[in-house]
Amino acid sequence: MTSSQTTPIRFRLTFRKMDGIRFTGTLDLQRSLERTIRRARLPLAYTQGFNPRPRLSLGAALPLGLTSDCELADLWLEEDRDHGGILEDLRLASPPGLEFLDLTVVPDDEPSLQQQIVAAEYLAEIEPGLDLTEAKDRVGSLLKLKTVLRERRGKPYDLRPLVEALEIVSSVSTRTVLHMRLTAREGATGRPDEVLLALGLDPPDARLHRSRLILSTVKVPG
Amino acid sequence: MRPTDIDRKLERLLLTVQKPGRYTGGELNQIAKDWRRVPTRVAMIFPDVYDLGMANLGLAILYDIVNRQPDMLAERVFSPWPDMEAALRREAIPAYSLETKHPLNEFDVLAFSLPYETLYTNLLNLLDLGGVPIRTASRGEHDPLVIAGGHAVLNPEPMASFVDAFAIGEGEDVILEIVRCYQEWKGTGRPRLDMLRALARIWGVYVPALFEPQYLDDGTLAQVEPLFPEAQLPVVKRIVPKLPPPLTRFIVPYIDVTHNRIPIEIMRGCTRGCRFCQAGMITRPVRERPVAEVVEAIEQALDLTGFEEVGLLSLSSSDYDEVLDLVREVSRRFAGRRVGLSLPSLRIETFSVELMDLLEGQAHRGGFTLAPEAATERMREIINKPVTSEQLLTTAREVFRHGWHSLKLYFMIGHPSETMDDVQAIADLCKQVRDIGRDEIGGRVKVTAGVSTFVPKPHTPFQWVACDSLDQIRAKQARLRRELRGPGLKLNWNNPQETQLEAWLSRGDRRMGEVILGAWQRGARFDAWTEHHDHEAWMQAFAASGLEPAFYTHRERPIDEVFPWDHIDAAVSKRFLTEDYLWSLEGRTRVDCRERCFACGILPRFAELRRTHPGEVWECPEVRTPSRKKVEVIPLVPA
Repeated sequence: MTSSQTTPIRFRLTFRKMDGIRFTGTLDLQRSLERTIRRARLPLAYTQGFNPRPRLSLGAALPLGLTSDCELADLWLEEDRDHGGILEDLRLASPPGLEFLDLTVVPDDEPSLQQQIVAAEYLAEIEPGLDLTEAKDRVGSLLKLKTVLRERRGKPYDLRPLVEALEIVSSVSTRTVLHMRLTAREGATGRPDEVLLALGLDPPDARLHRSRLILSTVKVPG
Repeated sequence: MRPTDIDRKLERLLLTVQKPGRYTGGELNQIAKDWRRVPTRVAMIFPDVYDLGMANLGLAILYDIVNRQPDMLAERVFSPWPDMEAALRREAIPAYSLETKHPLNEFDVLAFSLPYETLYTNLLNLLDLGGVPIRTASRGEHDPLVIAGGHAVLNPEPMASFVDAFAIGEGEDVILEIVRCYQEWKGTGRPRLDMLRALARIWGVYVPALFEPQYLDDGTLAQVEPLFPEAQLPVVKRIVPKLPPPLTRFIVPYIDVTHNRIPIEIMRGCTRGCRFCQAGMITRPVRERPVAEVVEAIEQALDLTGFEEVGLLSLSSSDYDEVLDLVREVSRRFAGRRVGLSLPSLRIETFSVELMDLLEGQAHRGGFTLAPEAATERMREIINKPVTSEQLLTTAREVFRHGWHSLKLYFMIGHPSETMDDVQAIADLCKQVRDIGRDEIGGRVKVTAGVSTFVPKPHTPFQWVACDSLDQIRAKQARLRRELRGPGLKLNWNNPQETQLEAWLSRGDRRMGEVILGAWQRGARFDAWTEHHDHEAWMQAFAASGLEPAFYTHRERPIDEVFPWDHIDAAVSKRFLTEDYLWSLEGRTRVDCRERCFACGILPRFAELRRTHPGEVWECPEVRTPSRKKVEVIPLVPA
């Protein structure tokens, strides 16, 4: 049934992850996307071999509990269709909490999505808010440091080089919003909750949101 | 606590527990109605963790039925895993529904699904977490009505002090009758007892508070005395005369759960009559769904869910009349959709291998499973599963020849009159199968023996039988462990203490309720989970109650003993069960009851239903003569 003559077409899907599904980890999210494609009756391509796997890959795993409006997935379809139609079919089949924003064709010889992603931007909304001076002090002192040694799952590492940018974007008495850009390469990924801890904040006090994924082939403005 | 407060607290808390996706709700195909606009709210509760509860077909069916009523809503509730329970208690968050986050005590009806007994302490725990009084007797006019159904409640007595009303038998029709009855009472200002008495008039509903058990000096039951005119005995189980079209709009979990598949029940009941099997006795009569209906349902469900697997469920798939047609049609229709199909409970015959071949195609070869249940022909005659060892070995050879490497064989130890020779035979048979596999496919062969321990269940021909003692079970398991070693062999077995608990709970009388309560108070939860099973808590609870565990499990019952479940009528008569038990002692077997009706009691009990649903709908013989009652209502036509 798999037509091995035609080369599958590679698409890149941009989507938002909100609400209850933000507590779904990457493996389960992958499954949710596969099922969405099945409900949409789109001809998802499978790998060859004894145990065929759906050709669908997610970029830069989003930590559990975070919302996002910039998630990316690459998927391969056996046949080309009207792209607007594909996106519409996916939208109709989407589970609550996932919103499909955009679909584009990607040259099949580009590196994997995971390899293209170099950084990610996050917003952290902290409640109750910090005193503005206090907040600025903490951010300033963290940025001044050469190294910020932390430990994750028993392994020590330096968080500082992974923090590419960190600033307070707004602060009123009830909430403070931090913006951060963290390196997100394979083997060198900064976690936003670790940054909060390094700032002396309790991650459960913050609502974290991923606002942007930065790809190596994409020009970073500024 | 208001839903918004619960939501706000969960926001912080969910990242501190394992698998937070269990507690969010909001999945695809969930039905969340506007709470304020719907007068009657039902919580559909499976008192175990989400992962298991989402695989419970009964709960999904009832959720759909209730939500189809414009004046009712149903929301799901599952047990919090111990880490989440601790978090809920610490933050004073009540047990809540997944759809709209309402606490349990704000629902009108709490409907518990109890397919097996080791959920009992979790039921108590959820009531407690939900702010609902544990005991029926402590509930007032503003507390929810607590009902329960499922296979375990065919002996409702152990939970009689905690559940207001039991739905005995099939729930599809009775659930709405129960909720309607509650609606008629709510707001009238009449006492709660009035509602309970009205519920008792519904076919299939048992209201324990309306009855009082009386005991003899030896501790056995004398009788169950009705206290009110509505309390009529026996309470006959409910059935649906014809299976309704299957559910297709399944909720699709965000996270990986126990069964990630579409469950479609192709047949209810079983014509085989294995004497240990409670499901086979209590789900009669056998009713099948037509092939076209099953195929149509699969199509719809695939479109609605996107699941990649379909389970065609029944107690004995091979006995589905048109099983070959079904498998052919399903394979043809869904070829190209990458759907995995499973057909559990196949008979031990080479035809089963051909069926699986058709189903799975050549691409995928998982494990193959057969359930001989016993390894000697003598033993199989006693349990009425008359398969010859030769048949098993021939089937096994075919399994390996058709490309499977792994064969799982299910056995039970502790059958009545079992000797160590019968146990040794299990090991010998597994080795023989392994050797056949080596012949056919060489060293890759893997034979797994899943050996559970027999528990004599209510409403079966073996209900009179004593359980093996812990020492007996341990000795038999030790023999199997010693024998089933080596390459290509694997053995799985159950903790004998867990088996014993299952036996107490399934055979208990109303007094057992105090033991269950006591064990829960001492911390017992998730009793079906080996890592949570707390034997000490149960032993202390027994000691505190003054009841003797062995009384319930290690006593061979005289043939005329009154059982705690005798007033519940599963429609297979005690006379038939008695005869079948006596036959087993002589090693006499019965053929498939489609070949010959053994008058188990179903037809006299449901003669009228069978008469109005003739033909293929049931596997029982037809009832053509109109009953006397029917004759009386036929009006005389003047000449």
